[in-house]
Amino acid sequence: MIKTILARLKQKHRTMKYPDELPVLPELFRGYPRFEPQKCLDGCNRCVEACPYGAIELLAQGSRPRENRISIDMGLCIFCNECALACPGGAISFSNEYQLATGERDELVAVADQGHKRAGALEEKRLKLFSRSLKLREVSAGGCNACEADTNVLNTVGFDLGRFGIQFVASPRHADGIFVTGPVSENMREALLKTWEAIPEPKIAIVCGACAIGGGPFRGSPEVNDGACDLIPVDLYIPGCPPHPLTILDGLLRLLGKI
Amino acid sequence: MNSSMKFSRNGDAFLLSEIPEYGSNDFLQKIITETSSGWRVLNFFGVPEQESLTLYAVLGARREQQIGVMKCRVTESFPSISGYVPQLHLFEREIAETFGVIPEDHPWFKPVRFITSRTTGQNSFAKSVDEPIIPGVTDYFRVNGEEVHEVAVGPVHAGIIEPGHFRFQCHGEKVFHLEISLGYQHRGIEGQLTGGPYPSTIHRMETVAGDTTIGHTQAYCMILEGLGGSAPSQRGDSIRAIALELERLANHCGDLGALAGDVGYLPTMSYCGRIRGDFLNMTALICGSRFGRGLVRPGGAAFDIDTRQMVELQRRLAAAKSDLQNAVELLWHSSSAMARFDQTGKISAEAALELGLVGPAARACGVQRDVRSGFPFGAYKNHGWQPVTDPHGDVYARAMVRWLECQQSIDFIAHELDHLPQGGCRAKVAMPLPESMVISLTEGWRGEICHTAITGINGTFTSYKIVDPSFHNWTGLAMALRGEQISDFPLCNKSFNLSYCGFDL
Repeated sequence: MIKTILARLKQKHRTMKYPDELPVLPELFRGYPRFEPQKCLDGCNRCVEACPYGAIELLAQGSRPRENRISIDMGLCIFCNECALACPGGAISFSNEYQLATGERDELVAVADQGHKRAGALEEKRLKLFSRSLKLREVSAGGCNACEADTNVLNTVGFDLGRFGIQFVASPRHADGIFVTGPVSENMREALLKTWEAIPEPKIAIVCGACAIGGGPFRGSPEVNDGACDLIPVDLYIPGCPPHPLTILDGLLRLLGKI
Repeated sequence: MNSSMKFSRNGDAFLLSEIPEYGSNDFLQKIITETSSGWRVLNFFGVPEQESLTLYAVLGARREQQIGVMKCRVTESFPSISGYVPQLHLFEREIAETFGVIPEDHPWFKPVRFITSRTTGQNSFAKSVDEPIIPGVTDYFRVNGEEVHEVAVGPVHAGIIEPGHFRFQCHGEKVFHLEISLGYQHRGIEGQLTGGPYPSTIHRMETVAGDTTIGHTQAYCMILEGLGGSAPSQRGDSIRAIALELERLANHCGDLGALAGDVGYLPTMSYCGRIRGDFLNMTALICGSRFGRGLVRPGGAAFDIDTRQMVELQRRLAAAKSDLQNAVELLWHSSSAMARFDQTGKISAEAALELGLVGPAARACGVQRDVRSGFPFGAYKNHGWQPVTDPHGDVYARAMVRWLECQQSIDFIAHELDHLPQGGCRAKVAMPLPESMVISLTEGWRGEICHTAITGINGTFTSYKIVDPSFHNWTGLAMALRGEQISDFPLCNKSFNLSYCGFDL
């Protein structure tokens, strides 16, 4: 008993104060893209060619030909950094900003010189129902288990998801919404749809990770569905491969109007 | 010594023409003979060639650090030898499912991943031509009797867990038999590698099993380095080994916490859950990603470790060591937790050897099996790794092996950080040799990872076969449940903590 108490003292209180205090992620963490269009070379297309998943678009600006408008679709991006390494001028880099979740699919497209869009709260009816208690049923559908692992982390003492009234539950019948990870393999398609159907209305749908948004690293594979977005009506998109636990937590809190 | 196989070493490429070919009976007889005299199966797979299928057997012998390869050609079927060599049972079923070539009289002939054959486009297990493939629907082993009942769980589980289907045959609380049916996570990784490597290949290797990003990507890089005949940078090799041990630490530490949680011992669960994050964040300090995405690349590592990072890593490692020691010792001193661990989910050393178990699951049965000592690679080559074992074969042993390995890994990382070789962290890798084969083995945190690649005339892959340690070990979990209470399933399951996506590919 005394050993347990001494250990408790040694291990200290570790729950972070998020969202009242914002932790800083490692310098090398690859979060929201940072563009410096003036460094983009005319006629160079190397970032587009380097991207294995077609997440980058370059649109020449009419009036100023030497400045391309660069955009990265964070829904397709796996934050692999290949574009930044390929760019001879250093026009693309990734900041350590982790608040990336959005409420609309097209808001995931980060465009140079345009503001960073973040998820907003649910509409009034569902917000009133869920803001103080949200029960989610997680469905892992063909991913690599990294999104699952960094979602599970939210239940540890460091993040303590329960203090926000959010809980992952064992049955869709007990849930207010679905939380999908993975590109939706053919073999999980039916199980995903059945789980969604089993959740009583009104309900919400969250897609977590590049896979669930657009197939992620497995995009284009005939054995997967390139994500869940054409199967269920999505309320929250959480990008990343996998998203950092704080990216997930931040998205959930924004959806519930707590940030 | 036997000279009737092509002998190679971990990560060395050789010409396909050097592999001896046998008639199917001689080939299968040789596998039976060799596996009963100290060799074991690392990989067993088929490559379709026009009208036939070439079967490759990749065997490993621990003592001489040797890998042996031989092949044979079959057409529609071959006699199953799983009855004599149980460690082959899933490999034979996989060949049937993928290529429609049937191992005749297989004692447990059932789908592996519930997919259509790559060559015939059909369901190899169908009883009629138009029978659809429904994942999880197959002939399960069934115990009959008045007081016998069946419990079915999954594919969607109660927690945040990957999908799989489990069938328990129970008599009261007692489990007579557990059957595990997977395939839900199948993404078709191997089939799409033909003609590669492609720009997406390295990213798919990093996500074969996301919690084993370093282990699988290291194996893939060793394949490319072997095929190019290019040695990786020594500094890069050291950084990769540090990352591999950090990956092991994060997962072992998480498992120790989860095991404590499964018996309701919350202090260790809470502390280990957090300390696991400390190890993941150390990997993020090196490369920006908690899972090591983007770190391991052909020729070495894409990120170097500078002096500032080195000092910070040493500081964090020492702190995590002290916290982990404190958290785990509580568990060993809790008699109620130990009462649940002790003698639960027992597997004998004989069963472990017959099933071909690998990693901590095998070492917890007293089987000295560890790629770092058996087939050393990279920074482990000059290290003289001593595998940790425990003879008991139960949940306690699997927990204890993890704890002892954590201590080993911490000491190893501290040593490597102090002795990082000079020079760049990434070397150039030459184009892959044509018409060659290379076998790479790494010791992921779950155990032995085996990748085998074959190249064609232009140096691109004609075949790429991945064996995740879970492929060997899922049957071990099923055996561990025999005669146990069904309420001990979560505990036994966590003591193996196997990968669904690594198995399903």
